[in-house]
Formats: sequence, C-alpha cells, structure tokens
Amino acid sequence: MASGMQEKQYTPSLLSFFIYNPKFGPREGEEEKKILFYHPIEIEKNEKIRNVGLCEAIVQFTRTFSPTNPAKSLHTQKNRQFFHEAEENYWMVMVVRNPMVEKPNKDGKPPTVEYQEEEIIVSNLFNGTFSRAFEAGGVELLTQKLEKFFYRYLQTLHLQSCDLLDVFGGISFFPLDKMTYLKIQSFVNRVEESLSLVKYTAFLYNDQLIWSGLEQDDMRILYKYLTTSLFPRHSEPELAGRDSPLRPEVAGNLLHYGRFLTGPANLKDPDAKFRFPRIFVNTEDSYEELHLIVYKAMTAAVCFMVNAAVDLNREFCEQLDSLVGPQLTLLASDICEQFNINRRISGPEKEPQFKFIYFNHMNLAEKSTIHMRKTASVSLTSVHPDLMKILGDINCDFARVNEDEEIIVKAMTDYWVVGKKSDQRELYVILNQKNANLIEVNEEVKRLCATQFNNIFFLD
Amino acid sequence: MSDEYYLELSENPVQFENASSVNNVFFDEANKQVFAVRSGGATGVVVKGPDDKSSVAFRMDDKGEVKCIKFSLGNKILAVQRTTKSVDFMNFIPDYPHLEFSHECKTKNANILGFCWTNWNEIVFVTDQGIEFYQVLPDKRTLKLLKSQSINVNWYMYCPETAVLLLSTTVQGNVLQPFAFKSATVSKMSKFEIELPAVPKPAKLSLSERDIAVATIYDQLYVMYLKHHSRSTNSPGAEVVLYHLPREGTCRKTHVLKLNTTGKFALNVVDNLVVVHHQSSQTSLIYDIKLRELDGALNVHQPVLPARSINPYKIHLTGPAAAPSQAPVPCELYSSSWSVFQPDIIISASEGYLWYLQVKLQPTLNLLQDKGKLMDFLLRRRDCKMVILSVCSQMLTGGDKGNLSVVATVFDKLNQVYKEYLDAEQAYTAAMESGPSRSSTSYKRPVRTQAVIDQSDMYTHVLSDFTEKKGVKHKFIIAVLMEYIRSLNQFQIPVQHYLYELVIKTLVQHNLFYMLHQFLQYHVLSDSKPLACLLLSLESTYPPAHQLSLDMLKRLSTANDEIVEVLLSKQQVLGALRFIRSVGAHDNVSARKFLDAARQTNDTMLFYTIFRFFEQRNMRLRGNPGFNQGEHCEEHVAYFKQVFGENALMKQATA
Repeated sequence: MASGMQEKQYTPSLLSFFIYNPKFGPREGEEEKKILFYHPIEIEKNEKIRNVGLCEAIVQFTRTFSPTNPAKSLHTQKNRQFFHEAEENYWMVMVVRNPMVEKPNKDGKPPTVEYQEEEIIVSNLFNGTFSRAFEAGGVELLTQKLEKFFYRYLQTLHLQSCDLLDVFGGISFFPLDKMTYLKIQSFVNRVEESLSLVKYTAFLYNDQLIWSGLEQDDMRILYKYLTTSLFPRHSEPELAGRDSPLRPEVAGNLLHYGRFLTGPANLKDPDAKFRFPRIFVNTEDSYEELHLIVYKAMTAAVCFMVNAAVDLNREFCEQLDSLVGPQLTLLASDICEQFNINRRISGPEKEPQFKFIYFNHMNLAEKSTIHMRKTASVSLTSVHPDLMKILGDINCDFARVNEDEEIIVKAMTDYWVVGKKSDQRELYVILNQKNANLIEVNEEVKRLCATQFNNIFFLD
Repeated sequence: MSDEYYLELSENPVQFENASSVNNVFFDEANKQVFAVRSGGATGVVVKGPDDKSSVAFRMDDKGEVKCIKFSLGNKILAVQRTTKSVDFMNFIPDYPHLEFSHECKTKNANILGFCWTNWNEIVFVTDQGIEFYQVLPDKRTLKLLKSQSINVNWYMYCPETAVLLLSTTVQGNVLQPFAFKSATVSKMSKFEIELPAVPKPAKLSLSERDIAVATIYDQLYVMYLKHHSRSTNSPGAEVVLYHLPREGTCRKTHVLKLNTTGKFALNVVDNLVVVHHQSSQTSLIYDIKLRELDGALNVHQPVLPARSINPYKIHLTGPAAAPSQAPVPCELYSSSWSVFQPDIIISASEGYLWYLQVKLQPTLNLLQDKGKLMDFLLRRRDCKMVILSVCSQMLTGGDKGNLSVVATVFDKLNQVYKEYLDAEQAYTAAMESGPSRSSTSYKRPVRTQAVIDQSDMYTHVLSDFTEKKGVKHKFIIAVLMEYIRSLNQFQIPVQHYLYELVIKTLVQHNLFYMLHQFLQYHVLSDSKPLACLLLSLESTYPPAHQLSLDMLKRLSTANDEIVEVLLSKQQVLGALRFIRSVGAHDNVSARKFLDAARQTNDTMLFYTIFRFFEQRNMRLRGNPGFNQGEHCEEHVAYFKQVFGENALMKQATA
C-alpha cells in the first residue's frame, strides 16, 4: 500500500437476484411472465429477460450431462452465478461479484451456495411454498409476496462479511445447568397448558437458543430470522430502556420487564394492533401456518406459535402478558445469576487461548471464539479475513468426502490452521505459534480437544 | 355416600360385661384396661385389656363400694380405692403374699380424689390438699413416701404417655399445675392459666374436668380446652384451645380450633389429628394443627374436612341369646352412654364395648379439593402411602385433571419428605461408619414412614400406568415426567434411569426426537450405560442417537469396551484402535476382535495395517511378532500370508 498505485479492492457483493418459473411463459414474446422477482428492480426489462434466458439455457445445457443434477454454479472472471431450484420449476438465481484485489488471481470463495438454499427456506417460513401461493392466488399474489419478502430480506444479506459460520447456519446454544434448564422446561410446559392456543414454544437467552418445540429445520430458519433480523431491530430500544424503572403491571401489581417484540408495541395503547407475522412450518408434511409471537423480558425471549386460523385479540395478549411477563422476568434473572455462578466456578475466563469454530451437523450447534459478537450488519472476527478463507476452503474439502479427516494448513504469517472432522462434527482451530512444527501443532489441538471438548466423543 | 365416612370404629372392639346395678365398670387409661367389678369384687373382677395377654380375672373381698381400681404397669400390683382416706393394695407378683394391705393418706383431713400409677411400683395419691408420691414395697407390704406437695386441688388429670399430672387449682379452677414423674422423682412444671370466656361473680369453680383433655400431638404434649360458646363474647361457636406444654419452659396457648357450632362435644386424638365429636348433629370434625391456614392469624384452624358421622357400625350379637343366623344390629353412634378417653378410645359402658377410633384416608380424596393441602394432610398420616399414590394417579388421569402447577406442587411435597428421609439415612450411615462410640448422641436408624414415596413407588404405581393410558395427550405426559424429574433435581435426589427410559420411550413413540436430542444436550437425562445402550438401539430410527450415545459412553469414562464395540460394529476399525490407544488400553485388547472386524471390511490395506499394529504390539510385549495360541489368530495369520505372502510377516529382530 506504500506504493503509489492505489490498490483497488472489491468485496464480494450482490449484483442481481431473480426468481423465475419457465412454465409461466413458455411461448416466445411472453418471456417476461416467467420472471417472478428481479433485484435490482431498476434493470431494464430486456436485460432481465436476457439474463433469465441465459440461466435457463445453462441449466438446460448442463442437464444433458447430468439429468438429475444440473449445474449449481457458474464461475466467470468477474462474477459467479448460483442456480437453485427451490421447488419444481421455480428457479432462484443469485449473481455475486467476485472479490478482487489488484492481482485478481486469488479469488475467495464466498461460501454462498449453502447460504442461498437457506434463504429459500426463510422465504418458506414466511410465505409458504411457491406452489401453495400460486394455487391460492395465481401469479400476481406470488410476485407480490416475493417482492415484499425479498426486498426486505436482501437488505439483511451482507455478503462481504459472510464466513464459515454463515455456511453452517448453525444455532448457538446457551450453556446452562440442568436445574435451570428444567425450570425453563417447567415454565414452557405450564404456559402451553394455560394458553392452550400456543402450539409450539421456543426459548432464547442472550440471542442463544435454550429450547425449541419446533423441529430442527424449522428452528434453524426461525433462529436465523430472530438473530439476524428481529432481535437486531429491537436491540436499540432495549439498551435505551435499561435505565427506565420497572413497568408496574396493573393486575396483581407485579413488576416485570416483559414486552412484545412482534404484535402490539404497547398493550395500553387503545389503538394497538394485534397482528403478528405469520410463519410456515413443517412444510414437508403437515404444512402449518402459525402466528409468531415473540415476547421478551430482559435478555430472555420466548417465541409462542399459535395456529394462524385463530384470531389473536387484545384479551389474549393481555392474558399472555400478565401470565408470562412476571415469570419470564424472574426466570431471566435466575438464568443470569446461574450463568454467573457457573462462570465463576469455571474460573475467570480470560481471552480464550484457542481460536476455534466448532459445528455439529447433528444438532446444528455452533460455537466460536473467533467471533466477538455477531451484529446485524457485520460479524466482527478477531482473525484476518485470509485465515477465514482458509477455513472456508477446508470446509469445502470436508464436504467432498464422508470419512473423518484432519487437515493442517500452514498459513502465512506464522499461523497454523487445523481442520478436524469426526463423525458429524467439525472443528477449526487457528494457532499462532512461531516456529511450531507439525507435531507440536497436532499436540496443541489434542490438548484443546481434551480441555474444551472432553464431554463429547472426538476421535483423534 | 358410604365412602364419605372418614372416621370409623375399630373392627374388633374389646367386649366386657355391660355396666349394671351389680356390675361396676372402670377404665384405666394407663394400661387401657376395662375392669368389670361384680358385687364389689366378691363375685369376680374381670379385667380386659387391648389384647388377650393383658386380660385377668380374679376375686376379692367385698369391702365396700369400689371408687377406683387400677393395676400398676405390667399388672404387678393392684390398687383399689374404696374410701376417701385410704387405698388398698394387692400383690399380683408370683410368689409374693396375695394378702391385701392398705395405706392411708398422710395429710390430715384430706380426701383422696384418686391415684395414678407412674411405674410398676410407684403411685401418686391426689388429695384435695395436694399430692403424695409413694413407692410401694410389695414384699414388705408397705409404702414409702418419696415426695409430697401441698396444694389445693379441685380435680386432676393424668397423661400416662408422658407421666404428667395436671391439677386444677384456685377457686375458679382455671389455674393448672402440671407435675412430671420420672423414676422416683417428681418435678413441678410451671403452672399456667386457662383463659375463661367469662369470669363469674362471685368466683366459683368454672373450669370443669370435662372440658379439659391432655394428649400428645406430633410428639408434643398439649392441654386441650373445650371453650364453650358464650353469649357475652361474640364468637360464633365453641372453640378448642390448645396449650402447648413443653418439658421445660412455660406453657403457651398455641392453637385455636374453630368448631363453628355449639352443643356437647367430646375430644379424641387419632393419628395426630384432633377429632371433635358433636353429639347433637351426630357428626365429627377433624383438625390438623400442622396444616397452616391462609389467613395467617395465630394458628386458627378450621376443620380439614366437612363434618361427617362416624362410619355406621353394626354389632354382632353373641352369647346364648343370639342365634347364629341373626343379622347384626346397628349400633347407636354418639350415644349419651358413650365415654370418650384419650387418645382414641370410645367406650359404651351400657353395651360393654371399647373401640379404638380410626381415620380412613381414602374418602379424603374426594372431600378435599385443594391437592396441595390434601398432600400436606396425607403426608402426615400413618397409613398414607397407597392413598397418596392414588391421589397422584387420580390427579394425572382422573376426570378432574390437575393442571401442571398443581402436579408440580404435589411432586415437590412428596420429594421434600423423600429427601429428608434420604438425608437422615445418609447421616446415619455416615455416623455408623465413623464409629458409633465416638459420637456422643446415639444415632437411631431413621424410620421409613409410609410418607416416604420414592421413585420406584411413583414409577410402579403412578407413572408407568399413566404413560400407557389412552386418551392422554403426549404433551401432558412429557410435561408431567419432566416436572417429576425437575422436582427430584430440585431436591438433589439422583434420578433413577427407569424414569429416563420412560421419558425416552414416550418421546420415541411420538417421534419427538429433536426434543429428546435437546434434553440430552442439556444433560437432563443423566449419563448411564443402560441409557447409552438404549440410545444405540434408536439409531436406525434416529441416526443422531449414535453420536449422542458415543458421547455419553465417553463421558462415563468406564465404558471404553463399549465404545470399541460400537466403532467396530460400524467398521471403524482404525478409529476403534486409535481410540483404545488414546486411553492407553491397547495392550490388553483382543487382537482377534480387531482382525475379525478388519477382515469384514474387505479392505486388504486396512487389514494389513491392523495386522501390522498387533505384530508390533506382540514384539513390544513379548519380543516376538507372532501371536500366542490363546489369541486364536491362526486364521488371520493364514489369510495374511495368502494375501501378502509369507515374507510380509514381521521378522523377529535378530540380536
């Protein structure tokens, strides 16, 4: 950078994103009908048609080589296109500009393939499947829905800061002792019994999951939505409200911090609206449409899911507020206290010696000491992006084989990167040890496994 | 209706000859004996006790009307009072002279009100001027004065269980002076005053012995005072006021039982419950002084249950007059000829019956709606186990399905008692191990009362049936099981694995694998080998169970063999070998097991690797790469030779 020449750096960014269904405009001249959604919206119509046509052609062409498994992505010098058939005949295409440094020979592989899959499911969560919507209201309704959703969704997409964690799309679980966990169980069960409308419940603390009544796949998407979209939007007023006194609850004069994150912002407001976002779960078999009620007290958040056929009114919300508010407030402080005790027992945790990312495919549990804090827009990592890219590469290698394996990479600047795969678990460790040799690095990782992961079965 | 009676008379009453003009009947509370004295004893005295052993029959001379007749403890000496001045004694000890001897009270001009045996040879005379405590010397046929105390006495009452004598003093009679007796000593306890509803003018005796009863409730001595309704005070009905009489310290008024009615009452104490019989309504009420009332005022108690009559009772007529086929006649309950004695005795002198009053717990189930209160009540009863378990079953499966918070309350109450017992048991064991001689306090092995409901009781009688029951929502079943496990954990009681199995079974039945996964993730289901094996068996329906199981085996750290078996069954031969090496047990594993597994993979390179590993092990252990006879590896050696050639075998190092 000391050189006079200004080094130009492009971060990966989204060029375009579109959804089409070739069945909707099979005849010449009707191509526009195929396009259900196009981002950016400003692009000229003909170019849209041209791009869609090109994608269609590529997919058709590659299908001749592999009828069941057509091309998933196309890498060109400047950009990379991802094709994904979300449902039969519904295609989603995403075009991403490659990151480039001055010498454009080293391209980072933004691990967006998986990411893309996920957003379809997120859309499913809020919209149901495409074909359902089509059956329900034809193309117009479908395009409307898509526009509404993706317009918002694409804004939450931050390709430049995507990394391995986004590939995993995991769930961070809150570490908790058995007794407090059982108390939460008891709380959830009692609330579900008293409010018989509630079909599923999920419990989060500190943006980490503790309990999910939803199935794992649905929870994964809901978790993503909560942590990347809903919670960040509400975190600001939370911080501001910390100094405000406890809200005195009229009924029973109980003090609590509970409030709705979805639905009515203020129950006392006579004009409060009792509308909640709707989500779709179990799309594979039973296909349920549910209201999503998110209620939060301090750092504990509970999602209550109620059958969408039921109209939720003020009475229900007040009942929920008076029932859940005080209990949740109490529980939240219990958890906080217990967590602090546990931390004290385990010793004052300094900056963790090891930088690692752990992911378990079985329960989607993720753990990272690399990420300081995941915020809405940027995920702060404590290591250089180049190292993060190596992690991505190792992950790609792991994905190719089924066997357990271990990869040790010596990166520049004295860093060692170790990737380990055992059964369904993956562990990535970054070590910074000058002049360490392979054996020493191996020993170090063994030590890490013995201390951090002594309660799980890790083959070495 | 019939299952609403919660009080009943004992089925086998003590029968005696009914009172008549020629037959006087006396009851001794200390030995619980009924004396039937015919014609002043001349035609015979029949003594019936609670069992046949304590029954005696004898004759004595008729020396006048008998006022009081009692055996000393163990039927050693008989004391008979016929006059107000003296008491007569008869030895019943074998080989002692059977002759009567008499003893006059020491105090001049005093009248003997009665006497009490405090031991087999110690007796107290209560006179209107005080008490005289004697030791009877049967061989010398005399009495030796141990102690006397001068005090004006209106009437007296004796509690044989605690050997406490209560004297009514002062003009109104409401100042009570207790004395405690213990092997040849007497100690004066602090006196106390019973609050009368109204003070009469001029002062006269206002406290009758009929309104006072002494009994032990929950191992504490109480004086119960039946305070009648008075017009001057605005109380809506009569009350029973309980005064706690501690061994040391002052007596205090502690409990008030509200009767909410007026009339004639009688008191009993059964199973630590105060029973109040009301004659005019022919019903009884029960009170539990440990049951806390919500209003928090000075331990004011309402009846635990609505008033009910004693279970109707039928008398089987016996004797020559009764034909065998004759139907039993109903017995008149709450009859005016009934006499009630502490703690639980009802005597009908006119019919010649002595009953023990008993509490039936089963009817309380339907009479007490508040399950938490019901549990508190039942846990303090004697024969409560099966009733408690049926309350639990009813609460979970009955029509009036209790909600979860009630279930939680009940479980917490049960486990509290369970935990207290476990702790006591543990403390006892610890004390025994450290040596019984060292500790000054003598430890008694804690008694396991029926109120201790452990996990296997709950499992066999309640939970396993409940989870099988049709028509119960699985959500509720799981919630209940988790609630029980939560409660056990809260009291730090280790959970038995069959409860976990029940949880897993229920979850698996309803395909709730993700829920199961989360429970395991938070270690709600504690690790154990049986549980790990159960998980392994679920692998075909839920693949992640494999990982969960291996993790659990690993954490147990005593299941290395099992881990090897699991890995070998998955054909992860190398993985198994590396694992066993990492725990340092590779010198002891069976080579054949690994070679078998390696052969099955049909991977010759893998087989080679494994074979070579064991050759090296043999070399290291025995200095020879060959396998021992006992290892049964000949087949594999042959196979190795066949595939890789004889030369590939490891050579013995040449010195």
